[in-house]
Amino acid sequence: MKTWPLYEVFIRSKAGLSHKHAGSLHAADPQMAIENARDVYCRRGEGNSIWVVLSSEITASNPAESEELFDPAEDKVYRHPTFYHVPEGVKHL
Amino acid sequence: MNIIEIESGFQEKIDKDIRIEPRDWMPDNYRQTLIRQISQHAHSEIVGMLPEGNWITRAPSLRRKVALLAKVQDEAGHGLYLYSACETLGIDRDELVEQLHSGKAKYSSIFNYPTLTWADMGAIGWLVDGAAILNQIPLCRCSYGPYARAMVRICKEESFHQRQGYEIMDTLCKGTPAQKAMAQDALNRWWWPSLMMFGPKDEESTHTAQSQKWGIKRFTNDELRQKMVDMCAPQADHLGITIPDLDLKWNEERGHYDFGEINWDEFWAVVKGHGPCNKQRLEARIKAWEEGAWVREAATAYAAKKENQMMSKAKAV
Repeated sequence: MKTWPLYEVFIRSKAGLSHKHAGSLHAADPQMAIENARDVYCRRGEGNSIWVVLSSEITASNPAESEELFDPAEDKVYRHPTFYHVPEGVKHL
Repeated sequence: MNIIEIESGFQEKIDKDIRIEPRDWMPDNYRQTLIRQISQHAHSEIVGMLPEGNWITRAPSLRRKVALLAKVQDEAGHGLYLYSACETLGIDRDELVEQLHSGKAKYSSIFNYPTLTWADMGAIGWLVDGAAILNQIPLCRCSYGPYARAMVRICKEESFHQRQGYEIMDTLCKGTPAQKAMAQDALNRWWWPSLMMFGPKDEESTHTAQSQKWGIKRFTNDELRQKMVDMCAPQADHLGITIPDLDLKWNEERGHYDFGEINWDEFWAVVKGHGPCNKQRLEARIKAWEEGAWVREAATAYAAKKENQMMSKAKAV
């Protein structure tokens, strides 16, 4: 028999926060994945909302190429407020 | 980059305490070492449910029963976190289960000892979970990200296990002489196997040096074993029961307890499959897996049926 597919589980710990990756599990279908995620990742009130997605549906960046991918952000210090000079005595900046 | 540069780059990351993630390059031996260790750990959680499952229906009160049920359920959960972490290394779940059932993969020898009385639930929580916590806390900083993250969750949950065990021991020790004797008997039987949980002596541990270099292991077996003795000796004093070791005594100079020699013949015999319950534990796991086959098949068939229904609905529209 074919193994049940792998799902990635994302949990929102409380309203107002985003869903965060909690781990993964095998299930026959998405509904079962949610039910199992409740038992595996939420035994102590860790969440109030669960997302599950087939692991095979996730497209990820390639760690071998992360240098090229993230390099353009490295030298743009002018994107941060600390780059700019604030004249002495000026407030609310 | 040639392979030597790649390998030294890897070691540099480890030395800088940068975590390794599943799709990062890693030496094949690092991968194999982790698969062996994480799967062994996962199997231990799963097999570890059996000795305690033995007492759920005979727990002496509802309070004890819900606690034991919750503890056993946590162990199932811990097994699942760890199997998932292991699968990120490129091995699939069926293969892991198969390795357990065929005896190719090991699990912690402690679960090959029988649970003869209710006091064993106390001794297991106090000593076995106590030892597990000492082993696991440093693993929260393990160089492999998914393993470290699983360990953080596990350690948080495990502290209740140790406390509930100690509470059982404390209650028995404050009870009738017969109850206290039961607690003493459990300590007598579980003490040495618990010290064996830290593995062979440092000079005989084949994996320690490499695992330390790779940031998988932070302390040696003997260092952790000493911590265990130092932690438990005063706890046993508080209970008013005696650790079964005539050589156990405080060494002012070292600032640690001295303790006697483990029976290493017993240690290796149980590792090699000749403990009191090795056969029974594996048979129970295989039986559960085989008898659960119809459930797995039914769930797969149901999932396929629902998918077909959705497809034909979509067509009708």
